[in-house]
Amino acid sequence: MSLPNNYKYTKDHEWVLLEGDTATVGITEFAQSELGELVFVDLPSVGKSFKQGETFCVVESTKAASDVYAPISGAIQSANQSLASQPTLINSSPYTEGWIAKLTGISADEVNKLMSALEYEELLASKK
Amino acid sequence: MDSNQDLKRTPLFESHVALGAKMVPFAGWEMPVQYAGVIAEHRAVRSSVGLFDVSHMGEILIEGEGAFELLDLLTCNDLRKLQVGRAQYSAFTTPSGGIVDDIIIYKYSDTKYFICVNASNSDRDYAWIQEHNQRQVEVKNLSSEYAQIAVQGPKAIELLTLLPGLASVAELRPFSFCDLSSDWGTVTIARTGYTGEDGAEIFVTPKQASDLWRALLEIGSQLGVQPIGLGARDTLRLEACLPLHGHELSEQITAIESGLSWIVKPQKGDFLGRTILEQQQKQGAPRNLIGLFLDQPGIARQDDKVLTTEDKEIGYITSGTRTPTVDKALGLALLDSSVSTVGTPLHVNVRGKSIAAHIVDRPFYRRAKSV
Repeated sequence: MSLPNNYKYTKDHEWVLLEGDTATVGITEFAQSELGELVFVDLPSVGKSFKQGETFCVVESTKAASDVYAPISGAIQSANQSLASQPTLINSSPYTEGWIAKLTGISADEVNKLMSALEYEELLASKK
Repeated sequence: MDSNQDLKRTPLFESHVALGAKMVPFAGWEMPVQYAGVIAEHRAVRSSVGLFDVSHMGEILIEGEGAFELLDLLTCNDLRKLQVGRAQYSAFTTPSGGIVDDIIIYKYSDTKYFICVNASNSDRDYAWIQEHNQRQVEVKNLSSEYAQIAVQGPKAIELLTLLPGLASVAELRPFSFCDLSSDWGTVTIARTGYTGEDGAEIFVTPKQASDLWRALLEIGSQLGVQPIGLGARDTLRLEACLPLHGHELSEQITAIESGLSWIVKPQKGDFLGRTILEQQQKQGAPRNLIGLFLDQPGIARQDDKVLTTEDKEIGYITSGTRTPTVDKALGLALLDSSVSTVGTPLHVNVRGKSIAAHIVDRPFYRRAKSV
């Protein structure tokens, strides 16, 4: 599995890509494979603010609904509306087309404290 | 993982792992929840054929003088109507009309009945039968002596006819069964299933099970056969509105409320729960099971509350998801029986959000009958 090197990761298997003063967030390859094929994504409303660790999105497989936690604090600038009709984009392309939301009002400091690709890879290895 | 140490494994466990299945704990067993993915597996069963390891299911044999009387007392369907070589869907009912388990009874003779029961209930079922077994009829829990493979889908019978010794399954009517000598020993094969498709279920010895499974996969590859996990088993049965114990069925829900009035036969004579079930069949039950579609984005799940459009709580979801063939968020719900008309608008409280829904006809999916 190749993790994007320029992304940051959480222990709850979300990723963050910082670009200027916005951050794109999603869930990792590991998370999507644990969840199985998704049939519904309850996207966050644009403008809504979340604190780090709060549930900002719910992803659902045929079996169950799972919370996705905000990897960092911020306000929703946009949500990936393609997921409304194609929730499985998260399964097929978790790091690119399957992004969930873009956040503004973020703290670069909070992002920097998240795990690097290397650290996240170690976390995954320890689960095996 | 410690939590998996007490889980039982079916004789097909190694095959599942080799096929890349994701294994999960289910009813005390370590079972495949999916192989290729729930959606692809579900579609394979609707369009061609799928194989299910259902070896976790329990088997109980009641044999000898008094077998009919014992089973007749414990079940709500009319056992007198069951002929030798035929299978009957029935249920163990409680004196208050609830359901201990839903079962399939296979009749070998007037004094020999083979019963297939749910995995999670097999010990309870066995104890329940023995509690009522005043005449000391022979009752055996044979669950560890059988593996079971379900072959389901429009091409299921075609596949089975390609296997040495199993071809005569094509002559079985739905809900008939027979014992056949095959390359995998003597197997019991029944034209039954739990998917809403044509197919069969095969009881085979644990020793022969993986050889039979492998043969079905190899010979079936020309027909597009796929192994199917519990995930798709659930979406398939839900589309066909086949009830599941722990969801639609429990000791706290009467057989009439569960929508099983069609297997409740008070005219047969006495059985556990007869009085209340007869009364509910004639006069209606306090609650009834309905099907619903959600009209706004979201997915209803078991125990989500169902309300009227005036926000009066009237019941709860027993099973809910989004299913591949119907391709809608749908569910079954146990509601106050004053609300049952198809088309009635409702609200479902999904994770704190009120989502519009409406009652629809059941089942959600019905296969096209072959001519």
